[in-house]
Amino acid sequence: MNRAMAGPVRPGRLAQFASRLASPIALLVIWQIASMTGLLSPRILAGPGDIVATASRLIAAGELINGLIVSFLRVLAGFSIALVAGIVLALISGLSRFGEAVIDPPIQMLKAMPFLGLLPLFILWFGIGEIPKIGLVAFGAIFPIYLTLYGGIRGIDRKLIEAGQTMDLGTTSIICHIVIPGALPSLLVGVRYGLSVAWLSLVVGEQINAASGIGYTISYARDFMQTDVIVVCLLVYAILGLLTDGLVRMIEAYALRWRPEVFG
Amino acid sequence: MIPLVDIRQLTRSFGGAAVLDGIDLAMAPGEFVALLGRSGSGKTTLLRILAGLDTAAAERLQLTTRRSVVFQEPRLLPWKSVIDNVALGLRHPDARTLATHALEEVGLSHRIDAWPLTLSGGEAQRSALARALVREPELLLLDEPFASLDALTRLRMHELVLALWRKHSPAVLLVTHDVWEAVALADRILVLDQGHFIREINVDIDRPRRRDDPRTGRIEAALLEELGVLPTQD
Repeated sequence: MNRAMAGPVRPGRLAQFASRLASPIALLVIWQIASMTGLLSPRILAGPGDIVATASRLIAAGELINGLIVSFLRVLAGFSIALVAGIVLALISGLSRFGEAVIDPPIQMLKAMPFLGLLPLFILWFGIGEIPKIGLVAFGAIFPIYLTLYGGIRGIDRKLIEAGQTMDLGTTSIICHIVIPGALPSLLVGVRYGLSVAWLSLVVGEQINAASGIGYTISYARDFMQTDVIVVCLLVYAILGLLTDGLVRMIEAYALRWRPEVFG
Repeated sequence: MIPLVDIRQLTRSFGGAAVLDGIDLAMAPGEFVALLGRSGSGKTTLLRILAGLDTAAAERLQLTTRRSVVFQEPRLLPWKSVIDNVALGLRHPDARTLATHALEEVGLSHRIDAWPLTLSGGEAQRSALARALVREPELLLLDEPFASLDALTRLRMHELVLALWRKHSPAVLLVTHDVWEAVALADRILVLDQGHFIREINVDIDRPRRRDDPRTGRIEAALLEELGVLPTQD
């Protein structure tokens, strides 16, 4: 009885972690064996051992790092544009009825469009340089940022604004102290989602007519059927995505430290 | 001299239905008034008008602008620490010192830097009380501020409000549906029903008032009858 009340005996965290690692490791082993026995041709998919070797070769040659920096700067530029434009637009339409009437309908219409399909148009308009790639990233990322911040502003508790009015706060103070901090949790969700869309747009944008960046390395490797290089590049995309997401999570943990911890 | 509250023939209706109908109300400086009524009697509407959160038609409507409000929910900004909530909007070079002092007065000096969502219900309402009093109001409006607290905490809050009222002597308008709360705290009790004042009782009993005092018992019984609840025999 006492044991039951104390709860079930918890396995150690390490053991739990190890049990979750078991099946991915098994898959890797099967993959490696299949490659070594010739069951899986390197033209279809290179084996894990070859991929690791290729990764270290690419890193040593500096090719991977250069591509990584170029790709990262493209996401940085496009996402920054999306962040600034998305926040400005959401503030205008979230804070004024007139702004909402002007800004919200066109954004809702554009949102309905599959934005990756815009790439041919972007190429026609901007050529094949950096602009269509950065533009595609910005265009994809702006919607989650705009929509979440706009929703956050509209969802502010009226009662808090009333409390502010009874404290003789002016409109500017109410916006700065109540509306914006209140909408911040939603905005940060939009930023994380927007970042994942930004990476996705970059992958698509870089496949076409890139002369540098990870996408360029991928299309070059495709022409020579180097599946190992393609997989390495995909892993780099994944790692970059995880890193930027982790960065936003850190910002979130600091900016939203007033929220009680759900898992204490 | 401009009176704190001077209202003549105030009417407020929502969609054609009058919630307040011909209200007269005057309050003297430092007076503690309780406004008692059932749900939907219009008492919160009247408080919102006094707080400047709602408008109404009236023959005369004069109100002090030095007023502050404590609502039923604490309404603290969760993203600001307790002291920043209290100091917010204070136009004073030493706002934080004033806020610290106000929090000491309500017994929260140990929770100054806490986040509001980590406070207990009673602590949050005490913070809200500090936030209202730090503005040194002439008129303190209390909208059922103790309704969602447990009975023991509520009794402690009664003592605290009386102590702070004695010290700062603002006029207080307490909206409540708790008959004992009105009898224990107020100089004057107004009963609101369907938009009219139907009864006014002056409570000339020294504080602290005891519930087993026959005089408070008589007032409580009269009020319960006015509210349509028959007093029980015991």
